[in-house]
Amino acid sequence: MGVFRYLLPPQKRLERTFTLGDVIVLLLLASLLYAGVRLAVKAPEVITGPHISLSTSALPWYTLLSLGRMFAAYFLSLGFTLVYGRAAAYNRRAEMVLMPLLDVLQSVPILSFLPVVLLSLSAFLPQRLAAELASIVLIFTSQAWNMTFGWYQSLTTIPNELREASAIFRLNAWLRFKRLELPFGMISLVWNSIMSFAGGWFFLMAAEIFTVGNRDFRLAGLGAYLQEAANQGNTQAILWGVFTLILTIVALDQFLWRPLLAWSDRFKLEMVESDQPPSSWFYDLLHKSRLYGWMQKSLLTPLTERFDQWMLHISTSASTSIEKENKISPGIVLFYGLILITVSYGSYRALVMLASISLNQWLEIGLGVGATLLRVVISLLIALCWTLPLGVMVGTKPDLARFIQPLIQVAASIPATAIFPILLMFLIHLSGGLNVAAILLMLMGTQWYLLFNIIAGASAIPQDLKYTTALLQLSAKERWRTLILPALFPYLITGAITASGGAWNASIVAEYVHFGGQTISAIGIGALISHATAIGDYHLLLAATLSMILTVVLLNRLLWRRLYRIAEEKYRME
Amino acid sequence: MEKNNALLKLRHIHQIYTSGSRKFTAVQDVNLTVYEGEFIALLGPSGCGKSTLLRIITGLQKPSEGKVLYRDQPLEGVNPHASIVFQTFALFPWLTVLENVELALKARGVPANIRTPRALDLIDRVGLDGFESAYPRELSGGMRQKVGFARAMAVEPELLCLDEPFSALDVLSAESLRNELMELWTTGKIPTKAILMVSHNIEETVFMADRIVVMDKEPGRILSELTITLPHPRQKKSDEFQMLIDQVYSMLAGQTQPEIVELGSAPGEPGITRSLPKVTITDLAGFLENLSEMPQNRADIYRLSEELNVDSGHILSLTEAAELLGFATIAKGDITLTSLGETFAEASILARKEIFATRIRRLPLVRWLLSLLSSSDRKALPTGVILTALELEFHKEEAERQLETLINWGRYAEILSYNDDQEILYLEAAPELVPQAA
Repeated sequence: MGVFRYLLPPQKRLERTFTLGDVIVLLLLASLLYAGVRLAVKAPEVITGPHISLSTSALPWYTLLSLGRMFAAYFLSLGFTLVYGRAAAYNRRAEMVLMPLLDVLQSVPILSFLPVVLLSLSAFLPQRLAAELASIVLIFTSQAWNMTFGWYQSLTTIPNELREASAIFRLNAWLRFKRLELPFGMISLVWNSIMSFAGGWFFLMAAEIFTVGNRDFRLAGLGAYLQEAANQGNTQAILWGVFTLILTIVALDQFLWRPLLAWSDRFKLEMVESDQPPSSWFYDLLHKSRLYGWMQKSLLTPLTERFDQWMLHISTSASTSIEKENKISPGIVLFYGLILITVSYGSYRALVMLASISLNQWLEIGLGVGATLLRVVISLLIALCWTLPLGVMVGTKPDLARFIQPLIQVAASIPATAIFPILLMFLIHLSGGLNVAAILLMLMGTQWYLLFNIIAGASAIPQDLKYTTALLQLSAKERWRTLILPALFPYLITGAITASGGAWNASIVAEYVHFGGQTISAIGIGALISHATAIGDYHLLLAATLSMILTVVLLNRLLWRRLYRIAEEKYRME
Repeated sequence: MEKNNALLKLRHIHQIYTSGSRKFTAVQDVNLTVYEGEFIALLGPSGCGKSTLLRIITGLQKPSEGKVLYRDQPLEGVNPHASIVFQTFALFPWLTVLENVELALKARGVPANIRTPRALDLIDRVGLDGFESAYPRELSGGMRQKVGFARAMAVEPELLCLDEPFSALDVLSAESLRNELMELWTTGKIPTKAILMVSHNIEETVFMADRIVVMDKEPGRILSELTITLPHPRQKKSDEFQMLIDQVYSMLAGQTQPEIVELGSAPGEPGITRSLPKVTITDLAGFLENLSEMPQNRADIYRLSEELNVDSGHILSLTEAAELLGFATIAKGDITLTSLGETFAEASILARKEIFATRIRRLPLVRWLLSLLSSSDRKALPTGVILTALELEFHKEEAERQLETLINWGRYAEILSYNDDQEILYLEAAPELVPQAA
């Protein structure tokens, strides 16, 4: 079930639970947030959003706008990945700083940055540009880390003999990148791109619909269209919007990602033919077409040849050693020095700002974190209740899987944030108000990760173990206890880590909503962050955002990582 | 062949790895000269530093000490006149046979109109005509290595280095590939000036090389050299050939020394701690049983390798283990079962365990481990602690191997038990620390 492999996070390389590096990274984040909040003071009090047309003829344009943001962020992530991953993989000193940084960034709830980023950018940029940039920055921060991690891991696991062969046959830096590093990392790069892109939709939609108080940060796009439609109760527009969104995602899958996957299969390292390589009808069509063949022969080949020769001229095989670099250049010292000064000053100022928060406000923050945590747990439990039986059923019955899986995939491909406004139409009248409804909204962001991982886990249970339990005539209860649950454990943990991350993110948009001209909020840290943004209490914004980040990072380190290690060591089927 | 022009000179090469405050010598004071027209083989057990030496010679690795001279010039970086055929082929799986061979030429800036015909010619010469557009995964091991040879020869190296090129192949492919290489080499069809092969296969080196450099481990060093003047193609069944093989075996297997020398000292004590050969009990028992069926419980070590169809490196580990435990003695390339070894071979499962337990209790390394465990609080220690202690004597990977062998042997002998979940090593209940006479 290779399709689901990409949902498993990269193998954790960093073993210790909490290091000095983590503290420094957290302080760096605090400094950045502080700087953002300082800038935010200058942000305009009232921001009018764009006019969103509900006419279907506007949809293609909105789709293009949304796609443009997605691709701008994606290419930014790709560039970042190639440079950052390389620096971390080939320079031991850079690695010592860059990898813990990446590790923390991976577990930070990205969406909590949205208000600060939006406010600070709109303080000095024209309104529209600020919102566009903020959405791209936000999507970038959601996409880059896992791609970078994957690329770094590929670079560090290139077999030694291939490196030695590249050195002995004098491949220069360019040929080494083109013939060794890029092909070796390609499969991971494609899988991580797919995963990042899918995740990016969630953040794009959140950015497109973000409104607090008198500040309307919305962006013309598919997300805003859906929200406006839900706001006006225009069912027809909602249907058109959802249809367009699904169509866009399915088209991207069929015309971009699947062909890329099919193509990247050639970069497998295994020396055996796989029985079920990923396939794509579109790729086959392209590959067989005359035009493609002609372009390949008379255009691509001569051009790449020319380029390779040119690269050979400007860089001969200068690098002779295949060992990691270990030098310290003055530039690096200066760079670290600057960072150190920034961090110390920034975290000092942040601390001063935090000191102005009253005890009551701290209590409020504590209560908010607790309430949101409770919601995250409940949404995880609800998700578990229905995904566990269904996932095991689908995973163990291939016939059923063939029928149900495409459905699940389409359903899961819709970013939860896109359907928030629609769900709100129904949930808003629920007793308990948003306090209960927010749980269901979070559920939208969590359940799929769990389901996919459970399906993957269930289908990986070896057939002979299933036969054995059948032969031993174990009761259903015994079978779950001795076989299914232990076998699923690593997958459950992996799914739960991703799912809880999604739920924390979702809290920003789920606990504080702008619907039908009025603002409704629940008790929770997400609502507090949005509320602080709305009333312009920047000290509270800083305190709330930092508290949420700290909570999630701590939970990750102290709970999830431990469980993950147990899962890895004890329950992994080899 | 003329033997005047020295191509490569190694002078006082040392390779030392540091781990914490400890230093491990992988290669100790190696001096070697490779002449033009020579096929030279570096032969030795695993861990003798022969592969390290090959990397130093080609410039992939810098020695800690000593000089590498190529045509009397000190070598800087990767040697542009050398190429390597790798044990695991090291082909790029995403490139076709042709692209793999061409890549080496492309990197040197050879334009397409010259490099493609040259690559095709080499592919033809190694007998892969018709497979140019195949990917490595479509080829058998032997064919993959042919691509490895074609690629290495494409750059027309003066010094062709072979890093155990036949050891990952099946017997038949290896045999035919050896013959083909020898044909190319002896008939001068390749412009290569000298070949340097690393191997642990004794027969292969005697079959191919003009000179065998025998190496030993702990620390890696040159033991002796042997010049072979037999004309090519060499006849494996001839008496001279068999005599040479026997001679090399006796160099490598050594002689059984007095017990105190043979056993070495415990970690932390002065003297060298003898490492345990990585051998499983099942293999050792099978080996001894086989020996006990031989006339006079004696066998030529090299013949054993042939008869049991086990590669020479493994046979040498087995003989080392049998010797270390006092089940056999070795002299002049022959191995003879001791009466203890005979008893072991014929004993029941439980009796074997008992004999084995008393024997391994004599080993300083085992004794050291047992006293370490029994002096600890709960007669148990986490493996991490033991590993740290072992790393004072061995480098990291070797320490891990030693611990693995210790656990394996100790469990069989029922003197140790081990919990893999918690990674804790226990002393088995009611340990008898005083060794009994067998």
